[in-house]
Amino acid sequence: MMSQASIDRPDHPAPDNRVSDNAAESTFREVDDTDRAIPAIEFRNVTMVFDDRKVLNNLSFKVMKGETKIILGGSGCGKSTTIKLVLGLLKPDEGQILVDGEDVTAHSEVQMMNVRRKIGMIFQEGALFDSLSVYENVAFKLHEQGVPEDDVESEVRRMLRFVNLEDAIDKMPAELSGGMRRRVGIARALVGDPKIVMFDEPTAGLDPPTARTICELAMKLRDLEDVSSIFVTHEMNNLDYLCSEYAVVNEAGEVVFEKEGEKLCLINSKVLMMRDGQVIFSGTDETLRKADDKYIQKFLRGH
Amino acid sequence: MNFAKRLLLELQEISLLAARAARGLFRTPHYVPETIAQMDSVGVGSLTIIILTGFFTGGVLTLQTYQTLASYGAVDQIGYLVAISLVRELGPVLTALMVTGRVVSAISAELGSMVVSEQIDAMRALGTDPVRKLVAPRILALIITLPLLTLVGDVVGIAGGWAVSTFLYGLPSAMYTSSVRDGITTDDIVGGIIKPLVFAFLMGTIACHKGLKTEGGTVGVGRSTTSAVVTASIIVIIADFFLAQALQVILGTSTK
Repeated sequence: MMSQASIDRPDHPAPDNRVSDNAAESTFREVDDTDRAIPAIEFRNVTMVFDDRKVLNNLSFKVMKGETKIILGGSGCGKSTTIKLVLGLLKPDEGQILVDGEDVTAHSEVQMMNVRRKIGMIFQEGALFDSLSVYENVAFKLHEQGVPEDDVESEVRRMLRFVNLEDAIDKMPAELSGGMRRRVGIARALVGDPKIVMFDEPTAGLDPPTARTICELAMKLRDLEDVSSIFVTHEMNNLDYLCSEYAVVNEAGEVVFEKEGEKLCLINSKVLMMRDGQVIFSGTDETLRKADDKYIQKFLRGH
Repeated sequence: MNFAKRLLLELQEISLLAARAARGLFRTPHYVPETIAQMDSVGVGSLTIIILTGFFTGGVLTLQTYQTLASYGAVDQIGYLVAISLVRELGPVLTALMVTGRVVSAISAELGSMVVSEQIDAMRALGTDPVRKLVAPRILALIITLPLLTLVGDVVGIAGGWAVSTFLYGLPSAMYTSSVRDGITTDDIVGGIIKPLVFAFLMGTIACHKGLKTEGGTVGVGRSTTSAVVTASIIVIIADFFLAQALQVILGTSTK
């Protein structure tokens, strides 16, 4: 991989100690500058205890720039907790969390607000504000920042077009179907073009075509917008889509999805499997499928 | 955790919430439209129930005390008695309790559902502090409207007393009104306004705290709503006792 050379070069020192030694293992497409070698998200030995239960136990991983990290795992293994920790919605009991090389572990709520502006978060059920219309939901961030209404409207329409829901602009969340709510949630999270996006089981409880649409949105972000993301899921078809297809713009200017073929390296997805708050697998989907671990095989096959 | 520890922890959390909400009021962005919307739903929305309870409380005060006063030959003092009980005591407490039933429950249920459906987390994730956006406007709206509602309750209650004494007992209207005017002092009215200010602050913080602490799905929302209403009602009544005592000392009404 071409990335390896540029990172390991000794005359190219990493800024302070933020780049860890095995950063080059990651499969990012190319290194334009040293900045890309700083992981978008890094967990260092994070432990989290709820009451007496260790929800996360010494969890360490990295999400490189432009990479989609698919976190697999059964219910209650700490997947959602992990995402909430990135946003500082929860605080770890031990360990460090770095976002864009910045240690956010000890950040106060006020400092955290600045970090959160860089991150888009898509919640399990969409978590739309049900007292606000779709338009107001998507515009929430811009309204809070006091952006003029004309700019707000064009941005909201652009975001809703991205998720293909421009018709629903005047509806209330209660009038939307589950998949539509999820998509509005995505539009809302993407306002301001965050470079880091978290998906918390975005396809849970959706029919397969709608789930596919959500995965396509994640692929578009990964391949066309250079977004780093964590995609928490326990549905295997999500893994198939995200690891075997990629989005490109064809001659007609439309976004199309192509199966991986010769261009294997294009797909920038990595898999992390968790069990009981610990990483039991980390790597590509091919190695995951070949893993010997009984739990992993059971998880993949369902029996 | 034992009971005392839990109580202390709860007290600490409520104080921190109140402090954060208060700090939020002095920083930009100011959530003026939210506060006005809350004032509308808390204040204007509660007007009907306050008018009804006020009127009938004043009426029943007259109804119950008229015979007693008559046996002492002191029916000319009925207006004084009704007014003083309403302005000093029943107005603030009854209004606070009615608003607790209507508003505290609504606030904690609303915030509780927002917690359960991850809307609070979503708001934080979008870079907005829910304490400033949701908690501060609600507490402020209560602090502004509760004294006003109390005044309305007082006035309507006095009118209720007048209606009963005039139409039921045939007392001359002027006798009632003059005894009201002679009886009430400025201190009574000031005390009657300070009380709801404190009540509103306590009710608002308790409602928001209980709502934001909700866990355990829809059942949790029910639990936190009940707990908010019960706690707020009890705190209002306890605070009323100590406030009454403090006001007597401060305003010097105890020697009267």
